[in-house]
Amino acid sequence: MKVVITAQRAAWDAPVDARFGRARTFVLVDTESRELQEIPNSQALDATQGAGVQAAALVCRTGAEAIVTGHCGPKAFAALAAGGVKVFTGAEGTVADAVTSLVAGQLHQADAADVAGHWV
Amino acid sequence: MIVAIASGKGGTGKTTVALSLALAAGRPVRLLDCDVEEPNCHLFLDGEVVAREEVFLPTPAVDAGACTACGLCGEICEFGGIIVLPTGAYVFPTLCHACGACVQLCPAGALREVPRRIGELTEMRAGSITLFTGRLDVGQTLAPPLVRAVRARGEGNGLVIIDAPPGTSCPVVAAVHGADVAVLVTEPTPFGLHDLELAVEAVRRLQVPFGVVINRAGAGDARVADFCAREGISVLLEIPQERRIAEAYARGLPVVTAAPELRPAFCSLLDGLDRLRTPAVARAHMGS
Repeated sequence: MKVVITAQRAAWDAPVDARFGRARTFVLVDTESRELQEIPNSQALDATQGAGVQAAALVCRTGAEAIVTGHCGPKAFAALAAGGVKVFTGAEGTVADAVTSLVAGQLHQADAADVAGHWV
Repeated sequence: MIVAIASGKGGTGKTTVALSLALAAGRPVRLLDCDVEEPNCHLFLDGEVVAREEVFLPTPAVDAGACTACGLCGEICEFGGIIVLPTGAYVFPTLCHACGACVQLCPAGALREVPRRIGELTEMRAGSITLFTGRLDVGQTLAPPLVRAVRARGEGNGLVIIDAPPGTSCPVVAAVHGADVAVLVTEPTPFGLHDLELAVEAVRRLQVPFGVVINRAGAGDARVADFCAREGISVLLEIPQERRIAEAYARGLPVVTAAPELRPAFCSLLDGLDRLRTPAVARAHMGS
């Protein structure tokens, strides 16, 4: 399965970035082949507003089945849901830890945003 | 003459100055409450609402059958107001700034604009004052279009006084841009000075001539006056720190009603603003 992890860098030992929309970078991981690819989040990082939805659009375009992150707000969640991407929140540790937890079924699949939106 | 009453810091006395200027003018005044997130001029005036209208912004709507998910709309939008997923385009109305670019660009003709209400505008008659008030709906975040709607509806001949929002961001720029002259209201405190410096920078960039009113004079120290002297900024009026004025304000009474002896000072303030504005007019006539 292909999943996107929010991380500080594109590496197995990189810390997970708890933010979704303004995540430092995205890592596209194939959980079977263990391939790892960086998907830069530069557009959303530089956005004055709407980082969450722009990041969600980017994730949807990768063809990933799921996103693994710390937290996800309401607009980003709506966009990911519209794109058919499952959202797993509460990830901690490294990218490798997050993938291990996901495969072991230890991460929570969110059915709604777990944090409030911003007022801009 | 269009006078914008602004400030960096909130709660310095913009409404106090705007109302007192309007009441002291002794002629018909159009007062525009452009602090659309928390309008309050009406609380100080007795009058009758003679007109009320809704304000809408054009927002894109997607014809899902026609959308080819080409991605152009999502690329042009700076604000995440519309995004394109493999399944098609999705609109996030509260992020949309209503520029219309996505609708213009869509090669499939899948987007059209639909009106989305962001607030309302009222017109109230209170003696010599006609008050135009913008009120942003709860949950809406885009104040500048409503500020512009209030100005489009309210500006006219004679004296126009704009009560601007606090700060230096987009709603303030929308309220002050193109005014003949601006008044920056501040207080003689560290916060007052800090935010005044920001406001001065903003108003200078907007090329609107301005002067300063120091409210609650005597409550702090000389740092604001020193700054104005250093920068060559006119201090047009000082309103003294007096419990009587604060009590009147809390009861919904304008300063010139509670402290009638200040009325001539506000008349002089108007004259001072007229003089501040004149050099700019002269410059414009010379074409420089």
